[in-house]
Amino acid sequence: MTPLAQLLEAALFASGMPVSIEALAALDPDAAPESVEAALAELRSRYDEGEHGIEIVEAAGGWQILTRPEYTAAIERAQIASRPHRLSAAALETLALIAYRQPITRADIEEIRGVSAGSILKSLLERGLVDVVGKADALGRPLLYGTTPAFLEHFALRHLGELPRADELAVALRPAVEAASASASAPAS
Amino acid sequence: MAADLVDVSDDPRDVRAPGLPREGDDAPPASFVVELAHFSGPLDLLLTLLREEQIDIYDIPIARIAEQFLVRIRTLRLDEAAEYLEMAARLLRIKAQMLLPRRDGAEAWDDPRAELVRRLLEYQQVREVVDVLERRAEGRRNRFARTAPPAPERQASAGPLSVAMADLLAAIDRLLRATRGPDIHAVIPRALDVAGALAAARSLLARRARLRWRDLVRLDAEPWEILSVLLAVLELARLGECVLRQPLAFGAVEIIGLDAGPETLDGDSETAAAPVLSSHDPAPAYDTASAAA
Repeated sequence: MTPLAQLLEAALFASGMPVSIEALAALDPDAAPESVEAALAELRSRYDEGEHGIEIVEAAGGWQILTRPEYTAAIERAQIASRPHRLSAAALETLALIAYRQPITRADIEEIRGVSAGSILKSLLERGLVDVVGKADALGRPLLYGTTPAFLEHFALRHLGELPRADELAVALRPAVEAASASASAPAS
Repeated sequence: MAADLVDVSDDPRDVRAPGLPREGDDAPPASFVVELAHFSGPLDLLLTLLREEQIDIYDIPIARIAEQFLVRIRTLRLDEAAEYLEMAARLLRIKAQMLLPRRDGAEAWDDPRAELVRRLLEYQQVREVVDVLERRAEGRRNRFARTAPPAPERQASAGPLSVAMADLLAAIDRLLRATRGPDIHAVIPRALDVAGALAAARSLLARRARLRWRDLVRLDAEPWEILSVLLAVLELARLGECVLRQPLAFGAVEIIGLDAGPETLDGDSETAAAPVLSSHDPAPAYDTASAAA
């Protein structure tokens, strides 16, 4: 491996969080951006080809060393690390709305979901998946919510553009209904 | 639907109005919670009904669905949750509107279901995104990042120390020299002899009208002796047998016997305020007594 690739490996190991390509490039002021990219590619192929338990994954606009999924069960069984709790359906719905409509007020979330969102927003804020990004101009200046880098990391997204576009969803909507209807298993009496 | 992905601990009570009886319900609470976890809201329940009944979302037989919705929230004991009740009321209103006779110009007819359809479509979009998010989260959940401990507050660190052993020992030596142990005094209680000092001062005053402090106190006097003399002189002044004067600030104190002295009492302000002292007071000797000299 080139010295630059080794340097990137060390930096990625030192950080638990995804490291942006800019931060990686700043490690060696003499290195040209292309050589950083090349070193990163070299490093990734090393982990992909070699027999390694970890790999380098792109997430939240950066790169991160993660364990390979096939070892998760054993690691968890040995209580070395544990997987985070899954989010509830209500929390996921709220996150989906925030991701697509951000900045969005709590009232808008509640209007679309048809249920109150206060406690869910609170726990999402605590988990750092969303944040207050401003205040709406509407009456009472309600808080506006948006997603955070931790949101991208949680959902293994490089950026928000990786989510399906809203118009893609709209196009998929009708066939999805028909497919669901056709495959519905238990028609009620 | 992704009911199995629900983390019940996250927010299972969201669909329930607050302050509702829970344990006291005649239905077993456990089954309630399980069923509750299946639906994240009235729209979710409605969408599920439509799917089960294989109903096109754009042409909902509102009377049938409204009825089923009511049955469902009753059996799931969701009928106390405000959001579900609101949806039930909405469905019944749409049902009533559908029963109204339409005018013949059918194209002018406003479908009362339109708003509901719009909301359902919107909600279905959300569910679709949730499926995507869920898949992605599950992929990420199965990988561990290195859990670095939270970075401590960055301090102005001068880096690792480089010190020779000799320097270190010299520093310790300097430190030990500089810091003496605390001065510990053994305080020996010594009774004052005010009565003796009083007698000595009286006899001296009987012979000489004017005394100086030094006449009463030997140069090598112990603190307890100085203090005894001080108290004795103050006592004499209180009794009116003498007057104390100090003509100059920080100057020598004069003790003038009143019996023998023709002096006027112009220096009265200098007279020490007389504390009431019992001459038998045993009191420890203080170093500070010498300050009175």
